Amino acid sequence: MTTTSQEVERAKQRSQVNQARLLGLVSRVRELGLLIVLLLIVLTVSVQAPRFLSIDNFEQILLSVAILAIVAVGETLVVLTRNVDLSVGSIVGFTAFVTAYFFKQLPGSNLLLGILLGCALGLVLGMVNGLIVSFGRVPAIVATLGTLYAYRGLVFIVSSNTTSQINASDVPSSYLALATTQIFGIPALILIAAVIAVIVGYFLHASQAGRQLYSVGSNPEAANMIGIRRDWLVFAAFAASGLLCGLAGVLWGARFATVDSTNATGLELAVIAAVVVGGVNIFGGSGTILGVMLGAIVLGTLQNALNILNVSQFWLQALYGAAILGAVVLDALITRWVQRTILSRRKKA
Amino acid sequence: MKRLKSFLTSWEALLVLLLALGIGIGSVLSPYFLSGFNFYALTSNIMEIAIMALPMTLIIIAGEIDLSVASLLGLTSVVLGLLWQSGHPMWLAIGVALLVGLVAGCLNGLLVTKLALPSLVVTIGTLALYRGLAYVVLGDQAVSSFPTAFTNLGFGTIPGTELPWSGLIFAILVVIFVMVLHFSRLGRQLYAMGNNKEAARFSGINVGRVKLMLFILSGLIAALAGVIFTARFSSARPDNAVGFELYVVTVVLLGGVNIFGGRGSLLGVVLAIFIVAVLQNVFSLLNISGDIQSLAIGLLLILSVLGPNIARRIQVVIAHRRLAMGSSKQV
Repeated sequence: MTTTSQEVERAKQRSQVNQARLLGLVSRVRELGLLIVLLLIVLTVSVQAPRFLSIDNFEQILLSVAILAIVAVGETLVVLTRNVDLSVGSIVGFTAFVTAYFFKQLPGSNLLLGILLGCALGLVLGMVNGLIVSFGRVPAIVATLGTLYAYRGLVFIVSSNTTSQINASDVPSSYLALATTQIFGIPALILIAAVIAVIVGYFLHASQAGRQLYSVGSNPEAANMIGIRRDWLVFAAFAASGLLCGLAGVLWGARFATVDSTNATGLELAVIAAVVVGGVNIFGGSGTILGVMLGAIVLGTLQNALNILNVSQFWLQALYGAAILGAVVLDALITRWVQRTILSRRKKA
Repeated sequence: MKRLKSFLTSWEALLVLLLALGIGIGSVLSPYFLSGFNFYALTSNIMEIAIMALPMTLIIIAGEIDLSVASLLGLTSVVLGLLWQSGHPMWLAIGVALLVGLVAGCLNGLLVTKLALPSLVVTIGTLALYRGLAYVVLGDQAVSSFPTAFTNLGFGTIPGTELPWSGLIFAILVVIFVMVLHFSRLGRQLYAMGNNKEAARFSGINVGRVKLMLFILSGLIAALAGVIFTARFSSARPDNAVGFELYVVTVVLLGGVNIFGGRGSLLGVVLAIFIVAVLQNVFSLLNISGDIQSLAIGLLLILSVLGPNIARRIQVVIAHRRLAMGSSKQV
């Protein structure tokens, strides 16, 4: 009796290890798959429009996804915990407007002060989300659908009491330079996004809190049971998402120079598309920053290709929707395949 | 007596109170608030949201959500406009628009049931997809040359009353939905599914098929709302009703429907619809712009879930304290 139950136990463990190994393999394949998709897009488009394939254009693509990528890193932290943050577009819009307005009113002030202001505002809005979700026990979808509109309303209140639009000529050139400066020939915007991706990617991979974030997403009850402070981690994920949105807002103002109350509306759809295309599981618990960066670059490349092939930009939103659906359908099919493979292996054994 | 007491402490009683409060504030703010025309304005303004809230109530009770309704409204409105503009008869245009709603709802339902994907993510995807397709179909143009017979139905009233035609449609739908949810086997099944999906499946409910039907119904009703919206504004634009999903989800949750499924009533949702309608009306009397109205609705959405949660916690604390006091007395 004991030997058989031990054997069963061992077999179970083995199959779990197998499943983990297979899923790990699948996620590697996912990143490889994204690279292949990227390559295919590049090949097809450059056959039709050779100017697509230039260093200049490549830099343009990276520039256009840099801000999206920063927000997507924050969104990844939230999705990993089995939640979602729909309010990112509104937080970016709010911080972009306030930061630009700050520089308009006080053109002589320190650049760093403005950046810190934007980041702090984003952090506060993200913390409000986190409080409502993890301590108010409101599902993330309800909480952040609410704050999506509430934060956007705040932008309108601020702009109706101050100015409807801020132009490039209103803000000091040192602020605008944030988006145009080059370091070693690489635009600062791209470098900032890359540095953030590396830091957060390393944190997720190697730090204790990072690993705990995954465990909260893959099994919230079990995570609670082994003493992981789930509420605090979820709260921290939303706060971090807000902070990164704040930074993205500061950069948004610098990059687009003309800022009004509607900027970054609908950004959440592009961000969620990048995250799920990048292979982050919508049920939480798996996904990598590298994948998300590739996801963002694929979306940016597609957008750029639409531009170059003279396809109407009206296709863009439909494309984001199709990308979200395509990615989650693919994930579901792969998960099914993995489970089926393991099942048939177990039967053979 | 007992039933009266349980009603007075219920969520619905609180909603009645809120509605009365809103009407009171409205009539203090403006002498025209209680006029017939204002009743017409107030009702016709909320009707698309109101009819979309009916299938949404069923979907949320069954434990799912459909965030794509507003985008589908926009898409069907655009399809309707395009077909009319290209010379097709109105009945055909309306028919195709409804068909588009049905097919789009079916896509939502199939993705949720056949692939076991969470409806939240599926409908965020189709929220983007359907709105995007609306832009693809019509670009940044608008169709506004609709026949007067059609637009008269949109902003006319039922002869002899101040009720818009859409109000009649809503009333008929409410009766049907109440019959289904509260007086039929299907209705009981929806609650069972929302409370415990596995148990519902083992007790012989075809969960997948029922959910698929719900999403198809939601798509069809969103298309109907699209037709009504187009008639009322005499305009088909791809950005019609952007953000209405916020309002639809808000009235359902404010109506006391549990976001995790399994609990709620249509009485509460209908009351919530009128509360939001009065709120909108009061805001426009105060000259508060639509974007700032959305802020209030967003807060209302969060509060309608957060409020009961906090109340429950306070109850627990009080109960604990009583328990502690009781035991200390014994000692």
